Amino acid sequence: MATLEIHDLHVSVEAENGPREILRGVDLTVKQGETHAIMGPNGSGKSTLAYSLAGHPKYTVTGGTVTLDGEDVLAMSVDERARAGVFLAMQYPVEVPGVSVSNFLRTSATAIRGEAPKLRTWVKEVKEAMERLNMDPAFAERNVNEGFSGGEKKRHEILQLELLKPKIAILDETDSGLDVDALRQVSEGVNRVRETGEVGTLLITHYTRILRYIEPDFVHVFSGGRIVESGGAELADKLENEGYEAYQTKGA
Amino acid sequence: MADNTPAGSTTDGAIQVGGAQQPIESRYSARESFDVADFPVPHGREEEWRFTPLERLRGLHDGTAVAGGAGVKVEVSAPAGVTVETVGRDDARLGRAGAPVDRVAAQAYSSFEKASVVSIPKETVLSEPVRISVQGEGGVAFGHQVVEVGAFAEAVVVLDHTGDATLAANVEYLIGDGAKLTVVSVQDWDATAVHAAQHTALVGRDASFKSVIVTFGGDLVRIHPRVVYGAPGGDAELYGLYFTDEGQHQEHRLFVDHDTPHCRSNVAYKGALQGENAHAVWIGDVLIRAAAEGTDTYELNRNLVLTDGARVDSVPNLEIETGEIAGAGHASATGRFDDEQLFYLMARGIPEHEARRLVVRGFFAELVQQIGIPELEERLIAKIEAELEASVA
Repeated sequence: MATLEIHDLHVSVEAENGPREILRGVDLTVKQGETHAIMGPNGSGKSTLAYSLAGHPKYTVTGGTVTLDGEDVLAMSVDERARAGVFLAMQYPVEVPGVSVSNFLRTSATAIRGEAPKLRTWVKEVKEAMERLNMDPAFAERNVNEGFSGGEKKRHEILQLELLKPKIAILDETDSGLDVDALRQVSEGVNRVRETGEVGTLLITHYTRILRYIEPDFVHVFSGGRIVESGGAELADKLENEGYEAYQTKGA
Repeated sequence: MADNTPAGSTTDGAIQVGGAQQPIESRYSARESFDVADFPVPHGREEEWRFTPLERLRGLHDGTAVAGGAGVKVEVSAPAGVTVETVGRDDARLGRAGAPVDRVAAQAYSSFEKASVVSIPKETVLSEPVRISVQGEGGVAFGHQVVEVGAFAEAVVVLDHTGDATLAANVEYLIGDGAKLTVVSVQDWDATAVHAAQHTALVGRDASFKSVIVTFGGDLVRIHPRVVYGAPGGDAELYGLYFTDEGQHQEHRLFVDHDTPHCRSNVAYKGALQGENAHAVWIGDVLIRAAAEGTDTYELNRNLVLTDGARVDSVPNLEIETGEIAGAGHASATGRFDDEQLFYLMARGIPEHEARRLVVRGFFAELVQQIGIPELEERLIAKIEAELEASVA
């Protein structure tokens, strides 16, 4: 069973007056089949955690370990992490002009699976996955994220999640900027992947709204660059009623 | 990418709209002459020479370059129905598209001995391209090429420059009424070549001219495509693609002279640069004269800087002397290779070199598709990928 173990993770970014520490000792274990929600106020370091796990060059790990089934994730390049089974659905997916969605998806699936998917089954696989997410087939011929609406970008991220079948899925504010219909469709996509029982999900969000569609097994409150409280789904209800105020002083 | 302009690059632009003050008018009123003596030797301060490293022109600009050595070998292969001739300096078909506008082009016109004239008779539609191979064999040469397309004829001409040479040349395109001409000029020179050329097209009534300039090689390449319209209804599409490597100077200076009503022009040039002292220059001058009512024009230049140490100068200029036009615009942007794009692709498992290839291919894709000759498109993509391999290695 795939397990992602984060131990005492410290991460800095380069700021104007030298390095600034954002993550200050994160401990978290995510197992296949589990869903962990990470909730916290703006600036608490939630997205830094997501990007650090994916290996974004802007973030420097200054301490701690991250392993996936015992393998040192921090020693891997960005693409190696993805091929090892770590997937990051981004809050702000990047435009890649001149590269079509279909070319991108196939190149990516080829890299992740280690061989090019057979064309016939692949076309069907993509078509069906797009239908499930209520995406227009013409979408495949557009350039990656170019001119996509907020909802289209997030659907496209979840489409990749469904096709690439990672061991660990990190969803960075996938709910932000979505209307209720789009949120429901995106959540259904995430739930389809979760129901296979083969993915461990790290759901990073500012709001409790998405947790009505995707029910977490664990909820962690993130503040000041670390997890300050953990609990079950009921912790989300508490946050819904009381907000983050109680944690902000504690974490800083 | 606009906020990501590499240091040391310029992305200027100007739109001039009529009126008494026309500070850049001098560009367009530049003298035209077939005689090199009418142009003073440039010193580098002149507007049209300020980006060019004159010392690398090997004397093409100051009269010290003399034709000799093995020179260049020009071979024309053309499908049936096309006339290919080698003619003397006094042939009446020479110089009709327009005169040279700078010292090097005038030097070429004053110095060439034989010209090549390719004629496509009226109403002839070619099924195969005319191929003109210009093979540099190490010497200094002055060239003159005329391509004449009769009324309602349709042709594709591929001009292929390879090898090593110091070459100054003029190429004229005479496009008859209702005719369609596509010209692809590939500068695939050895790294030592120096090539300066003026390509002048005279576009007839309702005629279409498509120019694709592709520059990969050479130590210094300076191409000056010019379009003039002989009658209303003309359409010019000017595309360009360049890949400027370490130490190379590749300069493309365009001029579209809208002096005739109801003509159209569309310019799109894209370049990638990599390596220390790679220098690309793009000048896009469009002049809409008072008589040219109903003009529709747009020009675009995009540059992708793949490594540190490269420099781009991109200067679009649009001067408009009449308000009675259908449209006019320009855009220019120079950006670094976008690390966020790289991260996004790599975060989907795609290895770095493949991710870079995808991004650069994507950058050029739209333009390559405009060429419309599959065999050539494949060759260009292969060439772009080979250039990239060199940078990744």
